[in-house]
Order: sequence, then C-alpha cells, then structure tokens
Amino acid sequence: MSTDVQAAPAPPVAELREVQGPSALGGGWRRFYDLLMLISVTEFKRVYFGTVLGYLWSLIRPLMLFGVLLFVFTQVFRVGGKEVEHYPVMLLLGIVLYTFFQESTSNAVTSVVAQEGVVRKTQFPRLVIPLATVLTSIFNLLLNLVVVLVFVLAFGVSPTWTWFLFPLALAFLFVLAGAIAMALSALYVRFRDTAIIWTVVSQVLLYLTPILYPITIFKEDTTLRHLLMVNPLAVIFEQVRVWVLHEPQAPTAVEAAGGWLGLLPAAVIFFGVIVYGAWFFNREAPRIAEAL
Amino acid sequence: MSVENAPIAPTTPANPGPDAPVAIRVEDLHKSFRIPTQRVDSLKERAVHPFAKREYRELRALDGVSFEIRQGEFFGIVGRNGSGKSTLLKLLASIYRADAGRIQIAGRLAPFIELGVGFNQELTARENVVLNGVMMGLTPKEVRERQDAVIDFAELHDFADLKIKNFSSGMLVRLAFSVMLQADADVLLIDEVLAVGDAAFQQKCADAFHQMKAEGKTIVLVTHDMAAVEQYCHRAMLLADGEIQFLGTPAEAGHKYLKLNFDAGVGEAGLGGAESDGVKLLSCRLEDETGELAMTVDSREELRIKVEMELQCDAEALHVGFTFASADDLGIFEFGEMLTREAGLDLSAGKRVTLTATIENRFVAGRYFVHCGIHSPSGIALYVHKATTFVVFGGRDTRGVMSLDRQVVVEIEDAEDAR
Repeated sequence: MSTDVQAAPAPPVAELREVQGPSALGGGWRRFYDLLMLISVTEFKRVYFGTVLGYLWSLIRPLMLFGVLLFVFTQVFRVGGKEVEHYPVMLLLGIVLYTFFQESTSNAVTSVVAQEGVVRKTQFPRLVIPLATVLTSIFNLLLNLVVVLVFVLAFGVSPTWTWFLFPLALAFLFVLAGAIAMALSALYVRFRDTAIIWTVVSQVLLYLTPILYPITIFKEDTTLRHLLMVNPLAVIFEQVRVWVLHEPQAPTAVEAAGGWLGLLPAAVIFFGVIVYGAWFFNREAPRIAEAL
Repeated sequence: MSVENAPIAPTTPANPGPDAPVAIRVEDLHKSFRIPTQRVDSLKERAVHPFAKREYRELRALDGVSFEIRQGEFFGIVGRNGSGKSTLLKLLASIYRADAGRIQIAGRLAPFIELGVGFNQELTARENVVLNGVMMGLTPKEVRERQDAVIDFAELHDFADLKIKNFSSGMLVRLAFSVMLQADADVLLIDEVLAVGDAAFQQKCADAFHQMKAEGKTIVLVTHDMAAVEQYCHRAMLLADGEIQFLGTPAEAGHKYLKLNFDAGVGEAGLGGAESDGVKLLSCRLEDETGELAMTVDSREELRIKVEMELQCDAEALHVGFTFASADDLGIFEFGEMLTREAGLDLSAGKRVTLTATIENRFVAGRYFVHCGIHSPSGIALYVHKATTFVVFGGRDTRGVMSLDRQVVVEIEDAEDAR
C-alpha cells in the first residue's frame, strides 16, 4: 500500500473530449491498423507455425480439389484440349483464388459473433474483426501462390510483362472479399441463417465463374457468355487468365462481355457490394454489442 | 481484500474537491433497449413474412443521467441489478451508443468490464499480453517494451510461452489483472473485478487500487460491495431504475442502497387476515413515523408495530401478545398488553381495536419475524405465526441478535507492576 500520498504528482490536466460511442473504426486509424495487423498476423502464425503440418494442410486442400477436378474435367468431360493450352494451370490458379474467396468470406460470416466477449466487454473497433479474417486468408493465399508459380513455370508458361498486372486483379478480389465479409458478418449478428445461405451461394458462384471451364466453352451462345460476365468474379478470373497465362485463345474480360458496355453490370454489382457492405456494417456497428 | 474488517485506508488521498478539473462529464444521458417480444433471427422468417409486424418492448436502462467526476476522484456507482449501472459503464466505455445526451472524458480511458476479455486460448501468455495491450490503445512497440514486466508481475515468468488454454484459472486471473495494470490509462472503469481470485490476489487488487488512487488516477468503480465503496471511494452515486437516486458521500449512498435493496426484497408480510373464534386480525405491520408501511428499519430508528383487529363477540378482557423471533425462529423478545373493560375500553362485538406499540430498536442488522397472539378468558384465542416480518439494516459493528449498551474500559500497565 502506498503511503506517500502527498508526494504523488498531480496528473497533467487532459482535455475533455467527446465520447462518440462504438463504431466500425472506433479509436482512430492508428489503433485500427495496429489491431488489424496484429490479429491477422498472430492468427496466421498460429495456424501455420502452431502445428507441424499446419501450412501443408491448407495447401493440401486446394491441391486435392485440383487433382480431382483435373481428372474429372480432362479425363471424363474432356474440357480443355485445343481451346485451352494450359488447362491444368488455369484450373489450379482458379481453384487457389476461389478457395481464398470462399474461405475468407465464410470465415468472416461468424467472426463477429464468435468474438462476442471482445465486442460486448471491450472498446474495440468492430471492423477489425471481419477484415482480420480476410487478411489472414490473404497471407495464406500469397503463400499458396508461390506453389502455384512453381506449377505455372513447370507447365511451360513463360513470364511476361502482363504478370505485373496480376496484383491489380488480386486487389479487386481482395476488396470484393472484404466488402462481402463486412456485409455478411453484420448480417449474421441479426440473422443466423446467413451462414447456411452463404455456403450455398458461394458454391453456386463457383460454377458461375469460369474456373472449371473456360468461358470459350460457350462458342455459339454469346448471350450466355455475356450473362456470365455479369458476375464480377468472372471478370476478375477471366482477366487473370489473360494476364497470367496469356493464351491467344482466351478472350479478355471486355471481349467476353461483348465490349466495355457489357462490363457495366459487373462494375455496378462490384461497387454496389462495396458500398452496401461498408454502409451496412457502419450502420450496424454501434448496435452490435446490444444485438448479440 | 478482507472486506468485513478492512480498516479505512489511513492514507486516503483527500477528495480532489469541486475545484479539480473535470475528468468525466455526463449530460442528460438516455439509453433504452428494444426487446423484441418475438425474436426473428432468420432471413427465412423475414422472407416468408416480410410485412409481419415486429413488436418491441422498450426497456429504459438510463433515463436522463447527468453528473461530473473530477480528476483524481475515486467514484463509486452502486445500484441494484437492472438499475442501469452496467449500461452506464458500457456507455462510458464506448461499448454501447447513447440514444441521447453527451459524454465527455479527459485523457485515455481503460475499461475493465471483465478480467481477461479478449484472451485467445490458443495463444501464449506473451502473445496475449501484446494483443490485449494493443486493444487497450498502446502501440505494439510500447507493449513489447512492457511485456516482460507484465509477465513478471503476474509471476508467470516460467510460463510466458505456454498457450493460455493450459493455464489454471488462478494463473489466468493473475495475467489478466497484470495486463490491466499495464494500460496506464488516466481514467479507469472497473466493474466488479474485485470479486475474483483468492485472498492473496484480492489483497493484490486492493494494493493496486490504493496505488492507483495515490497516483491520482480517476477511477470509476461499479459494485455491489458497499464495504469496498466506503473503503475506496470519495463519492458515490446510487442508481435506481435508470435515474440518479443519490449522489454524495459513500456512507450515505451505501445506506440508501441497503434500504432500497431490502425494501424491494422483503415484500408484503404473509398475513392475509387471520380469523378465529370471536376475533378477526385485520392487519399486523410495521410502520414508519408517517404511518406508511415499513419493511425495513434503520438500526438507529425505533420500531413501531401496529395491530388492527375486529371483535366478533363481547369480551371482558383481551390480551395481545407479541413474540419477536430471529431468522432461525429463536424467540428473543416477548411482551403483551392486557386490555380490560375496567380500564374503560369498550370490548363489545363489532368494535375495531387498533393497538400501536413503539419499541426500542436494539436489533442487530438482519431479518426478524413477529408472532402475534390474542387471547381472552371468555374463549377468544388467536395465534398467528409470523404475522409480520421486517429487516433491520445498518449498524455493522455488532453481531448476534441484540445490540446492548456497553461500556468498555481498557487499562494497560507493565506486567511487572501487576505482579
């Protein structure tokens, strides 16, 4: 017990400032960034260095899927062939990217509710929670892409300058995943069947995106092709194929959509999802602690 | 922290007084919760019944609360469950958003609503220290500089790199408390964290609080523990139903809190009009000075017991007796009164008799029961077990059932001389 009370210096007088209540960002950008990085990095480390096979497991999953699909689509359905020079590489790259999208968004759905203690008992910028799960998946993806690179080179794809555009496509994918993560995690607080619905939706999206099949499979039916390009993921994946695998047969996203105007719906959906995700999360953030 | 007999800290820093700068200012704060009468928590429900009316019940947790806390003040917030004190704390801590009103806080605030919140079971003690430090607003660099000190304070040096899921609960509590101290905030909000851990840990808590108090930090403590409030706080606020019931000295706040608590806890005494041959007991109850029903009595106030009965046959004489019994039904005091026609009382059938007795209150704090008996030689006989009950509160310096006057003389002399 301290006895020299009189000697204690008076604390400096601090300015009174307004308390705004909880919010998506709450507590300033600096703290937001620190928390986001710290949480995603520790989570990443925990998964990949915590167990001996940690990283291998997360790689084995897309690779297994890749192996099975490669067999089914090249031996059973005979997709690829002349139309796609590097079908296996296209498939692998597509699966790795889509695994990221699916993993990050479905992990994010329950993230805010799973962190109930933190949300209800501490002052915590709510947005950190879903974004940290996405960021953890991004780290995971970047590691997986190194393995993909080995395959790409092994299958005889030579590097070109368009590879430098690949990060741009990744950026679009990350932003989309982040926005969906925000919307879903806030939605799940109110509606618990969001998780089930999203599992189904993300499964459907896999087939609506030219991953297992090249978009050129619809040779005659250009309407269907244009329709597929309404999906922003399809645009991103198609463009990745052009930039990374630079196949002469592969149409660019613009070509596949039938001109720049054809990309408009995808762009509207893309930005719509971002705006909705940000708006909805921001609207819900102050009340999340009460709704839990 | 031995709450019962802990002496009032002799080194309590003086109340910073009304001239000190304001640390927390709350103006006309309102908060209510909407509680759906029928919870719809699936999108399916919403899709199937898109226009179904959703009904809410409005729960007013805080209703126009305003107060100021000075820098360096140790401020207690007390209230019964559901009085809104935790809501107030969560509003101050930016966990809830207020419906209306203003909160201003000077300096950095660290809320401790619960020890060890945000600990990740899968991480090591060291990683958790860093994570929690950043959550409390330190930069990662600052936390890394302090982490060894934190772990040493928690006496967990040998376990720093062990995942905390393998920790005992005692180790977890030590770690959590030590993390809390590192926050180094200007304003601390503390909710009942004192109530955990063993005696040694509670002593550590107590020491830490005295230390913080001595350092002139502003501390807001929310608790049920009146002894803690009286021991630490400069001022205390009593909340009831979302409003400030009292704001002032801790002793007075504690006193009012106890009264509020027992008033609501006791309820109506178990007498629904007892009837027997020749007499009907209408009521038997304790009253305060104004004649209002009293369920609780301050140990400093006298007891006033009032009995109403209706005679259904003529009687020459009537004896009304009371037995006061302790909570374990031990009779501790009996007295009676003989009413006679000789004394000029008209004890005829149909008369209503009211008897009021004022009794010196020597009861120690606790619950008591009153048994009431009415007899007459002409055959009236009525005995009501536990006709009423009351709670005496206050006067913590005595135990047992009766508080008797005492005079204590102490003499000290050398052992040599005494022989």
